[in-house]
Amino acid sequence: MTQRIHDIYRPVDQRVRDFEEVEREFSYDELNEQAKRCMNCGIPFCHGSGCPLGNVIPEINAAAAAGNWELAWRILSGTSFFPEFTARICPALCEGSCTDGIDTDPVMIRQLEKTVIETAFKKGYVKPLTPKTRKEQSVAVIGAGPAGLSAAAALNLAGYNVTVYEKNATAGGLLRYGIPDFKLSKKVIERRIDLMKEAGINFEFNTEVGVDVSGEYLHKRYDAVILSVGTPLARDLKAPGRELGGIHFALELLQGQNRVNSGECEELPISAAGKNVLVIGGGDTGSDCVGTSVRHGAKSILQIEIMPKPPEDRSPSTPWPDWPYLLRTSSSHKEGGDRRWNLATKRFLGENGHVTGVEVVTVEWEFTLLGRPVKFKEVPNSTEILPADLVLLAMGFTGVAPDGLTAELGLKVDERGRVQSDPKRGIFVTGDSARGASLVVWAMADGKKSAEEADRYLSGGE
Amino acid sequence: MEQLRQQQENPAQRFDRPPVPDSGLYSFRNEHDACGVGLVADLNNVPSHKIVTMGLTVLKRLMHRGAAGGDPDTGDGAGLLLSLPDEFFRKHVKKLPEAGKYGVAMLFGGVGHEAEIEKIVAAEGGRVIAWRNVPTVPGKIGRAARETCPVIRQLFVGGESYADQSALERKLFVMRRLIEKTVPEAYVCSMSSRSIIYKGLLLATQLENFYTDLGDASFKSPLALVHQRYSTNTFPTWSLAHPFRYLAHNGEINTLRGNLNSLTSREPHLASELFGEDMPKILPLVAPGQSDSACLDNMFELLVAGGRDLAHSLLMLMPQAWGKNYHLGRDVRGFFEYHSALMEPWDGPAAVAASDGVNACAILDRNGLRPARYTLCKDGLFVLASETGVLDLDPADAVRKGRLRPGEILYLDLENHRLLLDGEIKSRVARRRPYRRWVEENKISVNGLFSEVTPGEVPGNLTYMQKLFGYSREDVEILIRPMAASGHEPTGSMGNDAALAVLSEKPQLLFNYFKQLFAQVTNPPIDPIREELVMSLLTYIGNPGNILAEKPQYARLVKLQRPVLTDDEIGRLEQIGSNDFRAKVLPMEFPAGGDGRMLERALKRLATDAVAAVQENNRILILSDRNPSPGSTPIPSLLATAAVNRALVNAGLRPGVGLVVQSGEVREIMHFALLIGYGATAVNPYLALQTVTALSQEGIIAADPVIAASNYINAVDKGLLKVMSKMGISTLRSYRSGQVFEAVGLSQELIDEFLPGTASRIGGIGLDEIAGEANARRKEADQSDNPLLPDGGVYQYRRDGEQHLWTPASLAAFRQGVQTGDYAKYKVYSKLIDDQAGHLCTLRGLFDFAETAPIPIEEVESVESIVKRFVSGAMSLGSLSPEAHEAIAIAMNTLGGMSNSGEGGEDAIRYTPGPNGEDRSSAIKQIASGRFGVTIDYLRHAKDLQIKMAQGAKPGEGGQLPGHKVDKYIARLRHSMPNVTLISPPPHHDIYSIEDLAQLIYDLKNANPRARVSVKLVAEVGVGTIAAGVAKAHSDVVLIAGHDGGTGASPLTSIKHAGLPWELGLAETQQTLVLNHLRDRIRIQVDGQLKTGRDVIVGALLGAEEFGFATTVLVCLGCVMMRKCHENSCPAGIATQDHELRKRFAGKPEYVMNFLRFVAQEVREYLAQLGLHSLEAACGRSDLLKMNRAIDFYKARNLDFANMLRPAMGPAIHCDDAAAKEPLENYDRRELLPELTKHVKNGKKIVIDRKVCNVDRTVGTELSGDIADIYGEKGLPEDTIRVRFTGCAGQSFGAFLAPGVTFELSGEANDYVGKGISGGKIIIRPAAEATFKASQNVVAGNVIGYGGTSGKVFLCGQAGERFAIRNSGVTLVTEGVGDHGCEYMTGGRVVVLGSTGVNFAAGMTGGLAYVYDETGDFDLRCNVGTVDLETVEHGSGDEAELLALLREHAESTGSEKAKAILADWVNSRPKFVKVFPVEYRQALGRMAREDAEAVDRRKEDN
Repeated sequence: MTQRIHDIYRPVDQRVRDFEEVEREFSYDELNEQAKRCMNCGIPFCHGSGCPLGNVIPEINAAAAAGNWELAWRILSGTSFFPEFTARICPALCEGSCTDGIDTDPVMIRQLEKTVIETAFKKGYVKPLTPKTRKEQSVAVIGAGPAGLSAAAALNLAGYNVTVYEKNATAGGLLRYGIPDFKLSKKVIERRIDLMKEAGINFEFNTEVGVDVSGEYLHKRYDAVILSVGTPLARDLKAPGRELGGIHFALELLQGQNRVNSGECEELPISAAGKNVLVIGGGDTGSDCVGTSVRHGAKSILQIEIMPKPPEDRSPSTPWPDWPYLLRTSSSHKEGGDRRWNLATKRFLGENGHVTGVEVVTVEWEFTLLGRPVKFKEVPNSTEILPADLVLLAMGFTGVAPDGLTAELGLKVDERGRVQSDPKRGIFVTGDSARGASLVVWAMADGKKSAEEADRYLSGGE
Repeated sequence: MEQLRQQQENPAQRFDRPPVPDSGLYSFRNEHDACGVGLVADLNNVPSHKIVTMGLTVLKRLMHRGAAGGDPDTGDGAGLLLSLPDEFFRKHVKKLPEAGKYGVAMLFGGVGHEAEIEKIVAAEGGRVIAWRNVPTVPGKIGRAARETCPVIRQLFVGGESYADQSALERKLFVMRRLIEKTVPEAYVCSMSSRSIIYKGLLLATQLENFYTDLGDASFKSPLALVHQRYSTNTFPTWSLAHPFRYLAHNGEINTLRGNLNSLTSREPHLASELFGEDMPKILPLVAPGQSDSACLDNMFELLVAGGRDLAHSLLMLMPQAWGKNYHLGRDVRGFFEYHSALMEPWDGPAAVAASDGVNACAILDRNGLRPARYTLCKDGLFVLASETGVLDLDPADAVRKGRLRPGEILYLDLENHRLLLDGEIKSRVARRRPYRRWVEENKISVNGLFSEVTPGEVPGNLTYMQKLFGYSREDVEILIRPMAASGHEPTGSMGNDAALAVLSEKPQLLFNYFKQLFAQVTNPPIDPIREELVMSLLTYIGNPGNILAEKPQYARLVKLQRPVLTDDEIGRLEQIGSNDFRAKVLPMEFPAGGDGRMLERALKRLATDAVAAVQENNRILILSDRNPSPGSTPIPSLLATAAVNRALVNAGLRPGVGLVVQSGEVREIMHFALLIGYGATAVNPYLALQTVTALSQEGIIAADPVIAASNYINAVDKGLLKVMSKMGISTLRSYRSGQVFEAVGLSQELIDEFLPGTASRIGGIGLDEIAGEANARRKEADQSDNPLLPDGGVYQYRRDGEQHLWTPASLAAFRQGVQTGDYAKYKVYSKLIDDQAGHLCTLRGLFDFAETAPIPIEEVESVESIVKRFVSGAMSLGSLSPEAHEAIAIAMNTLGGMSNSGEGGEDAIRYTPGPNGEDRSSAIKQIASGRFGVTIDYLRHAKDLQIKMAQGAKPGEGGQLPGHKVDKYIARLRHSMPNVTLISPPPHHDIYSIEDLAQLIYDLKNANPRARVSVKLVAEVGVGTIAAGVAKAHSDVVLIAGHDGGTGASPLTSIKHAGLPWELGLAETQQTLVLNHLRDRIRIQVDGQLKTGRDVIVGALLGAEEFGFATTVLVCLGCVMMRKCHENSCPAGIATQDHELRKRFAGKPEYVMNFLRFVAQEVREYLAQLGLHSLEAACGRSDLLKMNRAIDFYKARNLDFANMLRPAMGPAIHCDDAAAKEPLENYDRRELLPELTKHVKNGKKIVIDRKVCNVDRTVGTELSGDIADIYGEKGLPEDTIRVRFTGCAGQSFGAFLAPGVTFELSGEANDYVGKGISGGKIIIRPAAEATFKASQNVVAGNVIGYGGTSGKVFLCGQAGERFAIRNSGVTLVTEGVGDHGCEYMTGGRVVVLGSTGVNFAAGMTGGLAYVYDETGDFDLRCNVGTVDLETVEHGSGDEAELLALLREHAESTGSEKAKAILADWVNSRPKFVKVFPVEYRQALGRMAREDAEAVDRRKEDN
C-alpha cells in the first residue's frame, strides 16, 4: 500500500540560504500514486466538515488519480478562487478529517491541490473570471487580504463593478506582508492579482479608507461595501521592560523581510543576524519568525510558549474528525532553534535601553480528563533568565479597534474586536474582521459567503 | 328455514365489491392467494360417485396447503368442479331436456332478483326450467363463513333453441356475464351445460357435510377438479373460492395488471363470428373485485368460448419459454412466436388444472414454480395434485408416476380415453394452422436493423442538454460510466439515507417519485442471470388486437430483440417506409415557465395529436424531446408516455401501435423500467448514449465508442431483466403496462388522471410542482455557463447536494458520543437527525406528537427493560469481519437484546462462552435463500429463527460473496471451499408461494421447538396482507424492513428505487393485522435506518414491538460510511476479510451498548412526554402522531398522512405474549420420539418400521434437533437409528436430518426431501409391489436436498426440478432430474443416472456432478457458464469415486439401472460426463499447492 510522503521539503542546508519556497517539487507519478490513496468516501469528511470552502476533494483526487488534471482543476476552481494560496499555506483542515487519518496518515490533499492548480497555470487553463454580463451596480471592498480578494472575485464574477481599496502598495494583506516568501512566494499573489485585474476588478492601492478617503464616501458612492480589514491589532505583552529596545511585534520582522524581498524597501528594518533571538508565542507566526531569523543568520533562536507541549499524536480531546490537537512542527522548526513550553514571561531585562534577556517562570498545567490544559499555576522557585537581544512577540491578534473606520461606518464591534455587518445598509464585514483572527482559508470562505449576501442584497433578495 | 334466516341476515350482500371496505392503508386488492390443486378422472369416461368422493379425499389430503384465519373453523375456501351430474339432477328436477340440451347455473345470492335473471335468460333465448335450492348445512361450517353464507341455488335453463351444445355454452356464458353486470347481488359460480361447481368459504373437510348433494350416490362425474385455498388475508369470500368456471389455480399471476391493461386495450378489437352481436354483452370481460385467478379464468373462458380448445388456450396464456436454449420443433416454435404477438404471457408461479366438464388439462408455468405430480393407474384412474399420495392407491396398480415439468401441459382426452403428454399436445396444436410459415413470411426484416450497435454522436451542446435533463456528475460518474465501461449496472453498499424525492429541495425527475414493487412470499423472484433462459426482452410493434381470430397477417410485425433503441435504429425505424408502418414524431414539450395548467394543456394536445396520428395510419409514434424548441421545457417523459398510452387505449387504438420514447431524461435502469411499465414499446436514450460516447472519446473509459455504447445497452438490458425478475416476471411483453410501481408523494388527482391504478398512499405533488421542477432544470441550463454539472450528492454526501441523515456533523457527533459514553454529544447527534425542519429526509421527519399530559420520567419503564426490545440487523459473517460480528453479538447479549447471525452460518465455538465468559452466540439465526451454514446444529442454537424473504436494500434479489472474500474461516462456516464464489439465489427455493412459507415455518419449528420463528419482509404496498398470510402460517414475529436498509453490496438501482419507507409498511401491517384479528398472534419488528429514540417511538406508535438497528451499530464500531463494503476495502476493519484491514478494527461492544442505552434513555423521555409508562403502551397508538404543519416545504404541503396514522381498532392492537401458542404437532412426537428418544440418549443402534402418508410432513426433523442438542454438529455414528418407512412421505421428508439417522422409504416422496440435510442418510425406492420401471418414473418431488451440508440421499427413480440446489456437501444419487439440477451448488457429489432437464449446473461453483448421458446431448441442457464438462477417465480417482457411489446406490436402493450400468461398466463409463466447476478446479489446485508447500516447509523444518 502506498504510504504518505513525509519528505516534502528541499534540503535544509539549501533552503535556509534563500527565501524561495521551502517545499520541493513533486513528480506527477508521485502525486498520482498519492491521489490513489483517496478512498472516495461515502461521506467525505474532508469536503463535508474539513474544508471551509467545501472543496470537492474526493472528486479532485479521483481526477488526479486518473491523470486528468484539467478536470481536477475544473472541480477545484468550482469552489475555490485561489487554490494556489491554500495549497501553500493552509494547515489543511481537510487532512485533519481525512478518513485515512483515523488509522494511518491522511491523504496529501494540500500537495495535490497545489499540483492541480500549478498544472492548471502551467497549461494555461486558468483564465480571468469574467462575468457573462456586467451589471450597473458597484461594490467597494476595503482591504485586499484573502477575504477581500475572495469577495471581490465572487462579486465581479456575478457582474458587479468592484473596486478594492488597499492601504498598502500591493494586494494580499497578511498573505503579502505577513507570510514569509519561503512559504508563499509573492509571485503567486501577483499572478492572481493580474488575473483579477484582467477580469475587470479595479484596485486602489496606497489608499487607506478612513484616512485617504472616508468610509462614508464609499458607502454613498457604492451600492454596497465589503469591509475586510483583517485584525490589525497584534496582542501585546504588558510586562515590565516592554519599552526596551529590541522588542518587536513579529509582523515587524516578517513584513520588513517581505518588503525587502519585493523591493518595496531596500533595507531590513529589523535583522536577526548574529543575535540571540527569543520568540514569544508558539504559533505559526512564531515559527515564521524562527525561519526568517534562521535565514538572517541569528546566533541562537528560542521559541517559548506558555502552553504545555501538545501530544505527539491526536489528543483524545479532539477525536476524529475534529481538527487534531497535537504538536505541530513546521519546516522552520527543522531549520534551527529550540522550542520550550510551560514558560510564562515575567519581565524583560535590559541594558542601555536595549533588551538583554527575559525572565520567565515555569508553569504547571491542570488538564481535563481528555488531556486539554485548562488552568496553570507558577512553579515556585522556577524563575530563570533567558538571554535575548531580539525579542519577537508572536502572540496573535486582538481584533479591530472600535474607533476609526468602524465608528465612521457606524458598525458595532464586540468585546473581542469583531465587527458586525449591517446588511440593511449594504455593509458587509467579512474575514478576520468579522470572525476574529483565523486561517486564510476561513477568510476566503467568508469572503465568498459575504459576496453571496451582498449579491442577495443588491439583487433585491431574489 | 335456515336459508331464509340467512337471507334476512344478508339482504344486501354484493359480489362486485370487497367484503370489507378499504381502510387506512389496507386495500382488498392487495390480497394474494395460493394453495393446492387436484384433478381426479377416470379415463374410461364413466361417471361415478367414486370420483366425486376421491375428489373430496384429495381435498382433505391437501388441507395443510390451505389456511384458516382469525376464525380457525373458517377456511379460506375449497371447492370442486364436476361434470354436470345429469342423473342426479334428473332425480331432483322434473322435465329436464336431454343431457346437453340444458344448462345449470350455480348461484350465490341474488334473492329477490329472480325476475331480472330470468329476463336475461329469456332475452338470450334460454328457457327457465326451474330454480332449485341447493341443500346446505350451515351448522357444519365456521362462524365467519356462516355470517357471510349466501343463499345457494341452481337455475336450470333449457337450451333447445340453440344449434348445438357449443352454441348453448356460449349463450350461457353471455347470460352469465349479463347477470354479473346487472345483478351484483348474485354470484354465478358456474353456468354450463357441461360442468358444475360446488365451492365455498370452507375447509376441505366441511365441503361434503355442507353440500349434501355431494354425498348422494347418484351424484356422478367422470372427473373432479378440486382446490384448497390459502389467502394471505382473512377476508376470503365465498365467491373467491376456486375452482372458477374452468380452472383451479395454484400460484399467482404477477403480471395481472399488465395483462388486464392489455386486455382493456384489446377489447374494442375483439370480434368473433361465433359471438357476433353478443360480443359487447360480455364486455368488459373481467368483473371488478376479482382475484388474479378469477381474471385468468375469465380470459381463458373467452378463448375457449371463442373456439380454441382447452390446451390451445392454456398454451396461449401460459406459454413455455421458447428461447434459444430450448430445443423445440420448428412448428412448435412457430406456434409460440405467432401467439406471442397475440397475447403476452400471464406470468407467475402457476399450476393450473382446467376442465370444461368433458375433458381436462393441466399446465405448469415456464419456471416450474409449483408442484404437480400425477399417477396413472391400470384401471384408467388418473390423479394429479400438488402433492403425490393424496389418494391411497395400491402401489401395484400404478402404471406411471410422473410430474408436470416447467411449461409442460397434459391433456385428459376422456372422450377418446387417452392421456396426452406434452410433446403430442404441442405438436398437434402447432399444426392446426401453418403458424411457422405465417411468421416467416410476415416478419418485417429491415436490412441491418438491430444487428449492431451504433454509438451516439456527441453534440456541441452536450452539457446544456445534460443540465436541461437534470444530469449531475454522479449520474455520469457513478451510473453511466460503469455501465459503459463494463456492461454492468453499478453496485453500492450501505443503506439509502437521502431524502425522498418529495422531500428533496433539488428539482427531481418524475421517475424519482416511484418505487419498484417486488415479489415476496406469495411469488418468487427469478434469477435473471442463472435462469436467464426463461426470460425474454423480445417485443413487437404492430400487435393485432383481435385475439379471437387467427390470420396470417397478424404475424406482420416489427420484431425488436430489446427495448433500447440507438439513434441509428430509431432512424431506421422511422424509415421502414412501407405504408403499414409509418412513423410520426411528436415533441414532448410545454411552454417554458408554464405552470401546471399549461403542462396539462400540452399533455392533452400531445394525446390528441397521438390519437390523430394513429387515425392517419401512423403505426409508430415517437415521443421526442430531442430537439427542444426555443421557449419550451421538455415534458417529463413518463408523464407524456402515460398520457399518450392512455389516450390510445381509450380510443381503442393501442394494440397495433409502437410507442417509442426518445428522451434525454432517460439514463438509469429505473427510468427504462418505468417508461415500459407505463406503456412504452421501446426507448431511445439518446442523451445517455451521447454521454457514453463523450466518456469514451475523452478517454475516461477505455472502451471505444461502439463497445461503450453496446456495454451501456447491455447493462440496461440486464438491469431490466433484473427489475422484471424481482417481480417474478419473465417477459418484457408481460411487464409492459404492468405498472409494478408504487408512487410516493404524488397526488391522487395526478395519479387518477395520468397513472391510474398506481398506489400512491400519502398524496403529494401535482402538475404545478412537476412543471416547476422541469422549469427549474431548464433555467439552470440556460443561466449557468459552468462547464461542470452539479455534483449531485445522492450517492455520496456533498455539501450542496441532496440532503442526507448521515452527514459529517451527525456522524462525528454520534461517533464521539457513543465512544466516550457522552450522552450530551449523542443528543447533538439525535437532534441533527430528528429535527429535519431544515433538511427533510424521511416521512417521520414530518411527524409531530400529539399534546398529552406528561408523566414523570421515573414512572417510565427502565432503560434495561427497553433495550431488551432492541435487535441488531442481519449482517453476515462474511460481509462483516469476525471481530465486528462477535462484538455485536456480545453487546446485544449483554443488553438482553438479540443479535442476528445474518446469512452465513456461525462458528460452533461461539455457542460456548468466550474467554471472559461473554455470550458470543447470535440469538437470531437467519435462514436466507443460500442456506449457507444452516445445519440442524445452527438451528438448535437460536432463540429466534428468521426467514429472510427480502432485504431492504435489494428486495427480490439474491446475493453473491465473491471468491476473493471467502477465506478459510468463512469457507468452513459456509461449508464451502476458500476462493469459491458463493451465490445466494433470489428466492428461497422452498418458498414459491405462501403455503410453502407455512411449510418452512413448520420445518423450523420442528428443528427447534424452543425458538420463535420470524419472517422478514420489506415494505411495499400490500405488505400488510402478506404479513397477515405470515401470521396465518404461524410465524411468531414479522419484521417489516424499510427500503433504506443497509447492504454489503447491491445494485444502486435497487438501493435507490426498490421498496418503501418502513413507516408506510409498518402502518399498513398494523392496520391489516388488527383488522384481521391476527394482531395478538404475532409480534411486529421494524428496521430500516432507525437512528434515534424518536425513530423508535414513531415505530412503536405505528405498531412495532421490537426495533432493529444495523447501520448505527456499525457506526458505533467505527464505520465511517465509506459505502465501499462491496470492495473489501473497509478502512475501519468492519466490512472486510482482509487481514491487514481487520487489524484496524477498533470497535468495542461497549460502544454499541452505550448507543442503545442512549436510545432507550431517549425513548423514556418521549414516553414520559407522551404520558405513557412503557413501550408496550405506545404500541399501535398512532393517534398520538400527527403531521407537523410547522414544516412548510412546498412539495410536502400536500402530503396527507391521515390513512397512515389512522389507528387500527380491534380486539388486540399488539401481540399478546401470554396467549397460549398452539403446541407443536408432528409425526416425530407421534410416531418416532416415543421409541427413539432413549436411543438418542444412549446412542445404541435401533431399527424400526413405520408408515407415512402425504400429510405427515417434516418427518425426522425434531428427532434430528434432539440429536444436535446432545451431540452437536457431529451427531451420532452412521446408521445408529434406522427407520424403514412405507407409503408416501409428505413434504420435507428428512429435513435437516442429523448424522446417525437413516431413513429408508419404500414408496415415494413429495418436495423438499432432505432439505438442509445435516449428515443423515435418506434412501427412497418405489414400493416393493410396484410394477413400473423405477428409473422412468418419479419417486421424489422438487428441490431435493436444498441447502444440505452433509449426508447422503439415494433415490431409485427420478426427481423433480432443482435437484441438489445449493448443495454444500451432500452426496446425492438419482436416476433423472428436472430443470436447474445442481443449481448454485458449492460442494458435495451428485450422480444422475438418467436425463436432466435444462439449465443443469447453473451458477454451480463447487462440488462435482456425474451425469449418465445416454443420448450424448447433455451439453445442450447444461449451463456451462461456470463449469467444464469432462469424461471420467479409466483408472482415475473420479472413476473410483463414481463406482463406489454406484455400488452404494445399487446396494441401498436395489436400483436396476445402477446394476445394469455396473454390469456393463466398460461401455457405460464413457457415457458419464463429469461436471467440474471452473472455480472449484482452481481452488482445488490452490489447496494442493498450499498442501505441497506445507509439506515442503515441514521437510525444511525437519
